[in-house]
Amino acid sequence: MDKFEKITGIAAPMPLVNIDTDMIIPKVFLKTIKRSGLGVNLFDEMRFDREGNEIPDFVLNKPQYRDAEVLVAGDNFGCGSSREHAPWAIKDFGIRCVISTSFADIFYNNCFKNGILPIVLPQEQVDVLMQDAEKGANARMTVDLESQEITTSDGQVFPFEVDAFRKHCLINGLDDIGLTMEKSASIDRFESAAQVARPWV
Amino acid sequence: MTAPKTLYDKIWDAHVADEADDGTCLLYIDRHLVHEVTSPQAFEGLRMAGRKVRAPEKTIAVPDHNVPTTLDRAGGITNEESRIQVDALDKNAKDFGIHYYPVSDVRQGIVHIVGPEQGWTLPGMTVVCGDSHTATHGAFGSLAHGIGTSEVEHVLATQTLIQKKSKNMKVEITGKLRPGVTAKDITLSVIGETGTAGGTGYVIEYCGEAIRDLSMEGRMTVCNMAIEGGARAGLIAPDEKTFEYVKGRPHAPKGAAWEAALEWWKTLYTDEGAHFDKVITIKGEDIAPVVTWGTSPEDVLPITDVVPSPDDFQGGKVEAAKRSLEYMGLTPGMKLEDIQIDTVFIGSCTNGRIEDLRAAAAILKGKKVKDGMRAMVVPGSGLVRAQAEEEGLAEIFKDAGFEWRLAGCSMCLAMNPDQLAEGERCASTSNRNFEGRQGYKGRTHLVSPAMAAAAAITGHLTDVREMM
Ligand code: SF4
Repeated sequence: MDKFEKITGIAAPMPLVNIDTDMIIPKVFLKTIKRSGLGVNLFDEMRFDREGNEIPDFVLNKPQYRDAEVLVAGDNFGCGSSREHAPWAIKDFGIRCVISTSFADIFYNNCFKNGILPIVLPQEQVDVLMQDAEKGANARMTVDLESQEITTSDGQVFPFEVDAFRKHCLINGLDDIGLTMEKSASIDRFESAAQVARPWV
Repeated sequence: MTAPKTLYDKIWDAHVADEADDGTCLLYIDRHLVHEVTSPQAFEGLRMAGRKVRAPEKTIAVPDHNVPTTLDRAGGITNEESRIQVDALDKNAKDFGIHYYPVSDVRQGIVHIVGPEQGWTLPGMTVVCGDSHTATHGAFGSLAHGIGTSEVEHVLATQTLIQKKSKNMKVEITGKLRPGVTAKDITLSVIGETGTAGGTGYVIEYCGEAIRDLSMEGRMTVCNMAIEGGARAGLIAPDEKTFEYVKGRPHAPKGAAWEAALEWWKTLYTDEGAHFDKVITIKGEDIAPVVTWGTSPEDVLPITDVVPSPDDFQGGKVEAAKRSLEYMGLTPGMKLEDIQIDTVFIGSCTNGRIEDLRAAAAILKGKKVKDGMRAMVVPGSGLVRAQAEEEGLAEIFKDAGFEWRLAGCSMCLAMNPDQLAEGERCASTSNRNFEGRQGYKGRTHLVSPAMAAAAAITGHLTDVREMM
């Protein structure tokens, strides 16, 4: 997994609430058997018309946001299905961090497995960051995972919370499966005990 | 004496294989269900790392999302990408030695219907699937939730999941439901109350007389949509109805194992005085047959109501409501009953079980689908289909003018040929009314099976109570 330490980049504002996984990556693109290449279809139905032409007022089509690396979004971002295609598409597009007042649980988990940092902040702070993002390409935001701080383009600093284990994995780009396999003795032990306690499973 | 525990606490505690100092746990997984859309990259990952499936005997695969549901599907899948995904699952199931129900098997169907039907889902288990509606299995008092593809790979390789415990939430539905009100109306009404993010960070336990009174099918409908309320999982404590449903299923325990299992299952309830972090109580009598008007499952109202105005909302929801109304082509103030529809879809893992088909058939018996409407029934599994044929339900649907399909996800998500055309409006028994969910620019109104049947007859959203 790609490491996430610190990024300084353009933030795109998407104030809409309840942005669901069907919006992030419509189901027609779930037929792939690969993880890569989904960025061109990120937000497909909001970004392109039926003929495949860009819809000019969609935020990521605006010249100043085409290279956004941060997304500041409305409440309950990523609700809906478990499709990991959503974070794959976000990452493939080049976005490494999403900030909102809340995230759907599965989406939130999926981000960490793919080198994306989801950050939850209170409404007032997201409002400030949204305004900062609205300033366009000159407004670069810094997200520092090590110090757990976001710095706006005009120097305001917002600390954020992140689970220590997840932070460790993200900063070091660690693969979960490898880590868990190191604990296979515990799993073996659990399995033997469960086999006695609940043999019908 | 140990502190009183919730049902969730009990199942959680019974499955922790390892706990780190910061509370991060390895949760052991008893059943892993797999479908074709979210698994290919996971199997690919295993191959690349030279890993095996740790517990193939606890892993079950079935294709459902992509499969056509037309009667001619034995001829193969024409869409190439869909076929590649289903072929990949065939191959992965074979290569890794996991249980498999191919398209040609009568037991094939939607993964969340097949699991319980075959007795793979049992009380007190941990169940995961790369699919958010895994919550369905919570109806058995099992801790069941959706996971992403990286986690699918993690479970395949280690039979565990890295998890932190969620908070406990209780949703109590007291008293009795009124006639015409179903499990679907309960679960939609709860989301209307809590919002789609109201359950974020929680595992919900549904309880109360109205929940107890539901059949297992109804309980599955309720738990199925826990995810639409943002919860990690929804649970209902097992009882005699649960045991009765499970008994004799192909993979349920038998003989002495059954007795031992039963003994443990009977301890699976929330102890008196156990702590819930959040409690919601709704009176069963207050629940009406509901429909959704917008593009989020929280946009739900009793059928007797009118389309709301964006001004009725606050904060970010004002914009969202404006966008929803425009997408749905609705004007504030119009009666929900006046909304004309052109398509009816009965099926999905929310409402594709035998009881759902019975409820719809009861309304349709001797009636006809309104002229010009497209109406289809897609049983949740081949076995549901067979049973409905045996009970004469299939004839009722066909006589009324419904298409009688083969099992699959069908128009619940339009990854297969069953889709809404642009601007088409559907009364659907599925679980998501998101933009484009049932087809590009298609419009979805979520309803119960009985309400869907009523709408098929009249051609507009209809209060089913007027037909009973
Ligand atoms: S029926 Fe719909 S919700 Fe259920 S598994 Fe299939 S696509 Fe998902």
